[in-house]
Amino acid sequence: MKEATSNEFFTDWKYAPAPESTDHIKLNKQYDLFINGKFVKPTSKKYFDTINPATEQKLAEVAEANEKDVDLAVTSAKNAYDKVWKKMPAKERSKYIFRIARLMQERAREFAVIESMNGGKPIRESRDVDTPLAANHFFYYAGWADKLDYAFPNKKPQSLGVAGQIIPWNFPLLMAAWKIAPALATGNTVVLKPAETTPLTALKLAELIRDSGLPDGVVNIITGFGKTGAAIVNHPKINKVAFTGSTDVGKLIQKSIAGTNKKVTLELGGKAANIIFDDAPIDQAVEGIINGIFFNQGHVCCAGSRLFIQENVADIVIGKLKQRLETLIVGDPLDKNTDIGAINSKEQLTKINDFIKIGIDEGAEMYQSSCSIPSKGFFCKPTLFLHTSQSHRIVQEEIFGPVLAIQTFRTVEEVIEKANNIPYGLSAGVWTDKGSKIFNLTSKLRAGVVWANTYNKFDPASPFGGYKESGFGREGGLHGLMPYLSF
Amino acid sequence: MEFNNSPTVDQVGIEERIARFNSRSIKKQSKIQGLKLALNMIDLTTLEGKDTEGKVRQMCYKAMHPADDIPGLPTVAAVCVYPTFVKTAKKALGDSKVKVASVATAFPSGNSTLEIKINDTKLAVNDGADEVDMVISRGEFLSGNYTFVFDEIAAIKEACGKARLKVILETGELSTLDNVRKASDIAILAGADFIKTSTGKIQPAATMPVTLVMLQAINDHYHKTGKMIGMKPAGGISSAKAALQYLVMLHETLGNKWMNNEWFRFGASSLANDIILQLGKEQKGVYYSKDYISND
Repeated sequence: MKEATSNEFFTDWKYAPAPESTDHIKLNKQYDLFINGKFVKPTSKKYFDTINPATEQKLAEVAEANEKDVDLAVTSAKNAYDKVWKKMPAKERSKYIFRIARLMQERAREFAVIESMNGGKPIRESRDVDTPLAANHFFYYAGWADKLDYAFPNKKPQSLGVAGQIIPWNFPLLMAAWKIAPALATGNTVVLKPAETTPLTALKLAELIRDSGLPDGVVNIITGFGKTGAAIVNHPKINKVAFTGSTDVGKLIQKSIAGTNKKVTLELGGKAANIIFDDAPIDQAVEGIINGIFFNQGHVCCAGSRLFIQENVADIVIGKLKQRLETLIVGDPLDKNTDIGAINSKEQLTKINDFIKIGIDEGAEMYQSSCSIPSKGFFCKPTLFLHTSQSHRIVQEEIFGPVLAIQTFRTVEEVIEKANNIPYGLSAGVWTDKGSKIFNLTSKLRAGVVWANTYNKFDPASPFGGYKESGFGREGGLHGLMPYLSF
Repeated sequence: MEFNNSPTVDQVGIEERIARFNSRSIKKQSKIQGLKLALNMIDLTTLEGKDTEGKVRQMCYKAMHPADDIPGLPTVAAVCVYPTFVKTAKKALGDSKVKVASVATAFPSGNSTLEIKINDTKLAVNDGADEVDMVISRGEFLSGNYTFVFDEIAAIKEACGKARLKVILETGELSTLDNVRKASDIAILAGADFIKTSTGKIQPAATMPVTLVMLQAINDHYHKTGKMIGMKPAGGISSAKAALQYLVMLHETLGNKWMNNEWFRFGASSLANDIILQLGKEQKGVYYSKDYISND
């Protein structure tokens, strides 16, 4: 057969840059702590820089809260709880939450752009996933606020008091919404600390909350490092701790609240199995694998980072994965065509690169996309590891980056055993055309979420949380109300 | 036969993939390049009972001169007509590079005997058709008689001689994407040079989901055998924007090798004018009235 002929106006089709405009973004040079409805200077007098990981340029300075600042924030939350929020009729409370949701929708574009600037995630995701989902979370929980007695009949649900909430850098705005919305709906007040690398959308949310007219002190947002987080957790007036982040820090939190009356929910790490059977819709499964591991550069606790392919289709699936890898566009997070943006921080990039080296040393076969990556900023090529085994560190440990460890299996029993043979248990994926196989696996996989023929699907109505060292407590849905209530 | 092992297709997954293609932002140079390419991939089509030789001649002129007031435009790929107009088209196109495609095999229903279908094909080929667009027997396919469909395509392929064979699956009548995949595999294995979605006489005609399933069948065949098969979505693609979305899908599914009219065609009549309008806007900086563009 004749080879394709190229003609004069066409050689190699490339998408021209399509950057999202940043003209409408207004960032302050310096951000203070949001305490009692106002931005106040930190008593520590200290500020730290927050940067754009795609350019390494400084975006703003952010206040570092010390123990005294934390005390101010918790005290203001406690006062707001006792004097205003606890007494307010639930239907009034819900109106405020609805208002926050509406304002977030109105300012969605601004939030999306800042999220991409500060966190490195592609604008396609911050625009189509993070921001709308965050607004939906407020809408969803606003609806529950005056229906708690119906949600838990005859149990007399009561609010707890002040919730101390510490959130990670992978979904800064969305995690703030996951934490704040159910806390407010159940009548609690909040002290929230965003991660030190990604504080800007949380601070923009603080501005939005101030504009919404929410009574002063109901939500306090303070910035800082691990020490600030520890001060929140250990503050005696905190009644409830909600943490999303690493398993190591989760264990520390668990230790430090031992013997106190504080309720706690932890949403920690993961190393999810994504399981492809030979009767799966192969091309769609390949999309699911790509979405499972490369969504948000792999900075996802429920990322499908361990791939199990049934042996008789392994070559086909791996061939298609390699082909698909070539079409992923890695680069400027603000370009609308970017699929994989910047790694969130230099520290995280170093950690990922260390794991890639470990994988090679362990004897796994590395395959990377032939794409080029920008010379400035923190970037990592999408990476596959073939011929891995269960005892490899790249299979056992959470990498939190665009790195996929691939194994094959023969029988259902084998894959269930391998999938469960890990300290984590947050999520899993199953790909098969056969319904009975799906139900068999969902009952045997020790994972909080099991997706069938899809991956990384989130909805405010659906509870999310882990087994084993992936944490406990559920966020989202009816279940997400319980950790903020006593019965 | 191998087509009994066609992989399953997940409709939800296909639609999500389409949504990703459609979120690509095609601007500036890539837009101009893409639109010119799309124009160059069109099979300009007239398939009506009331077609006349005059109408076919006008269309042939348009095929060679889409819009002479805009410099640098390519011709379209081919004109597509009924067998009785092949001679007229061939003569009108002279020695231009524009090909003549003819529908055949009791188009559009395909409900006739193999003998008549073969004669229909030979009529078109003997009159000079470069390409033959056949329809499969959907009734036989839906009743599970896959070997009948396979044998019929193989027989028509033989009757085509040197002419390239495009096999129309009429996906609007196949009801599921699993069926679209199976019909694609049958057509490819039976010797199709191109697989094509629709006659244009049945709704829905070409859609992005069915086209993606067919492109994936082509991709699998290529990786198994090294043999390239062409793709032609036909009917229902009328805007330049939609054409660019199809090109994105082609680009990210099969890659640059397929990005030319040897391997990809749009079966369309009104698409050409919308592309001309958009290209004119890129050159002149403003949209101008559609009255400036001929409707041939």
